[in-house]
Amino acid sequence: MNGANNQISGVSLVVRGLHKSFGGQKVLNGIDLDVRPGEIFVIMGPSGSGKSVLLKHLIGLEEPDAGEILINGESISTPEIAAKYRMALVFQSGALLNSLTVGENVGLYLTEHRLKTPAEIEKIVAEKLDDVGLKDAVNKMPSELSGGMKKRVAIARALVIEPQMILYDEPTSELDPLSSVVIGNEILELKRRIHVTSLVVSHDRDLAFGVADRIAVIADGKILTVGTPDAVKNFPDPRVHDFLHADFARPK
Amino acid sequence: MFENVGEIVLLFWRTLLALPQAWRQRQKVFEQFFEIGNASLLMVCVLSFFIGAVIALQTGPILVERSLASAVGGVVGIAIAKELAPVMMAILIAGRIGSAMAAEIGSMRVYQEIDALRTMNINPIHYLVLPRVLAIALALPLLVIFSILVGWFGGAVVADVNQHMEIPFLAFFSDLKNIVELKDVGNGVFKSFCFAIILGVVSCHQGLTTIGGPRGIGRSVTKAVVNSIVLIVIFDYILTRFLLK
Ligand SMILES: Nc1ncnc2c1ncn2[C@@H]1O[C@H](COP(=O)(O)OP(=O)(O)OP(=O)(O)O)[C@@H](O)[C@H]1O
Ligand SMILES: [Mg+2]
Repeated sequence: MNGANNQISGVSLVVRGLHKSFGGQKVLNGIDLDVRPGEIFVIMGPSGSGKSVLLKHLIGLEEPDAGEILINGESISTPEIAAKYRMALVFQSGALLNSLTVGENVGLYLTEHRLKTPAEIEKIVAEKLDDVGLKDAVNKMPSELSGGMKKRVAIARALVIEPQMILYDEPTSELDPLSSVVIGNEILELKRRIHVTSLVVSHDRDLAFGVADRIAVIADGKILTVGTPDAVKNFPDPRVHDFLHADFARPK
Repeated sequence: MFENVGEIVLLFWRTLLALPQAWRQRQKVFEQFFEIGNASLLMVCVLSFFIGAVIALQTGPILVERSLASAVGGVVGIAIAKELAPVMMAILIAGRIGSAMAAEIGSMRVYQEIDALRTMNINPIHYLVLPRVLAIALALPLLVIFSILVGWFGGAVVADVNQHMEIPFLAFFSDLKNIVELKDVGNGVFKSFCFAIILGVVSCHQGLTTIGGPRGIGRSVTKAVVNSIVLIVIFDYILTRFLLK
C-alpha cells in the first residue's frame, strides 16, 4: 500500500476563462489558474467570492457556463478523462454521511468500489484515521464529533482515495490553533510523501503563509494576483493588501 | 406537481438501468426491507383489520336484509383484495416510508452528502435510489398479502358478531372462497407492486431535488407524500381499467 503511494505523483491543473452565474448573479467571472504538479496552491478571498463554487467546478460537481478545466493537459469535460484522474474534495462542512460511522465513512470509497477485502479496508481506515489523529473515533457517529473532528475525518476519507490532487475547502475554519497546525503539517507531509497536488481554499492567513508554495487572491469572481507568499504579501492592489494585512485597531 | 413528471420518468428509467447493480447492493436492499417491515407491520395490521370490519359493517346488513347473506363474504373479500388493501396500504406506506425516504435523501442533498458521494464516483442512484425502490417493491406486495388476510379476518369477525348479520365465521370464509379467485388477489398484489414503484421513485426524486435548508426538507417530505398519493389514485384507476377486461 505505502509502497504504491510513492509512485503517485500530483497532476497539473489549468483553468481558462471559467465563468459561472447562478440565476443572473455572476459568481465566477473569468478565472484563470495554473497549478503545477505537486505544489501547494492556496486560494484566498473574502466570503462569498466564489471559492467553494470554483472547487466544485474543478471536481465536476458544477458545469461551467464557459471556459475550460484541464488536468495534465486534458479537458475534464468528458467523463472518461474525469474518471482517469483521482481527485478528492474535502468539503467546507465535512459532508460526512451521517448514517454511517466514522470508519464506514472513511472506508466508503473502497467498500463501494470493492477495491479491497473488508479486513484490508479496516486496516487502511485505521491507518488514515491515525494519520489525522482520530484513531479512537472509528466507531463513533458523525453527530458525536466536533466540527474540527469532522473535518479531519473528511481529510482521512479523501486520503483513502489516494488522490493525485486534493482540494481543501477551508480545512482549518473550525479548528483550534493546534489542530490547524496539525492539518497544515499534514498537507505539507502529503506533498513530501506522495507529491500530491494540493489546492487549499482558506482565509486563514497563518495556514496560507505557512504551507503555500504559491497564493492566489480572488475577489468578485476574478483572480487579482498569483505569486509566491512574499510577492502576494507585497502586491500593491489595495483589495489584496487590505485582505492580507487587515488588523484590529487596538493601540500598540 | 406535474411539471416534474419528465424527471420522475427519467429517474425511473435510470433506476431500471441500475438493476444489474441490485445484487451488489443486496445488503442495503435487505436493510431497507426490514426497516419498512419493522416500521409498518403493526399499523398494517390494525388498519387492515378495521377496514375489513367496516366494509362488512357497511355492506353486510343490506345484503342480509335482501336475503343475500351468502354474498357478504364475496363482497368483502373482493373489495379488500382488489381495491382497499392495495390502495390503503400504498397510502399508508407513502405516509410512513415515502416521507422518510424523501426526508433522508433530502437532508443528504442539503448537507452535501450526495455531492460527497459523487466526488467519490459513487452513483447516488445505485447507492440510494435503487435499494430503496427495490426494497419497497418487494415489501409492499408482501404487506398487501398480509393486509388482505387480516382484512378478511376483520370482516369475518364483524359478520359473525354483528346482530344484523350473524354469519358464522367459517361460513363467511366458505362464501368468500366461492366468489374470490386467486386471480383477484393477484390483481391487487400486482397493483400494489406498481404503487410501490411509483411511491419509491417519486419520494426519492423529491429527496434528490431538495433545495434550501431544513425548510426545504420539510417541503420535500410533504410534496413526496401528496404527489405519491395523487399518482397512486390516478394509476389505480388506469390499472384497474386495464386489468378489468
Ligand atoms: N448552487 C447555488 N445556487 C445559487 N447561488 C449559489 C450557489 N452556490 C453558490 N452560490 C452563490 O455564489 C456565491 C459564492 O459562493 P461560495 O460558496 O463559492 O463563496 P465562498 O467564496 O466559498 O465563501 P465562504 O468563504 O463564505 O465559504 C455566493 O453569493 C452564493 O450565494
Ligand atoms: Mg466556501
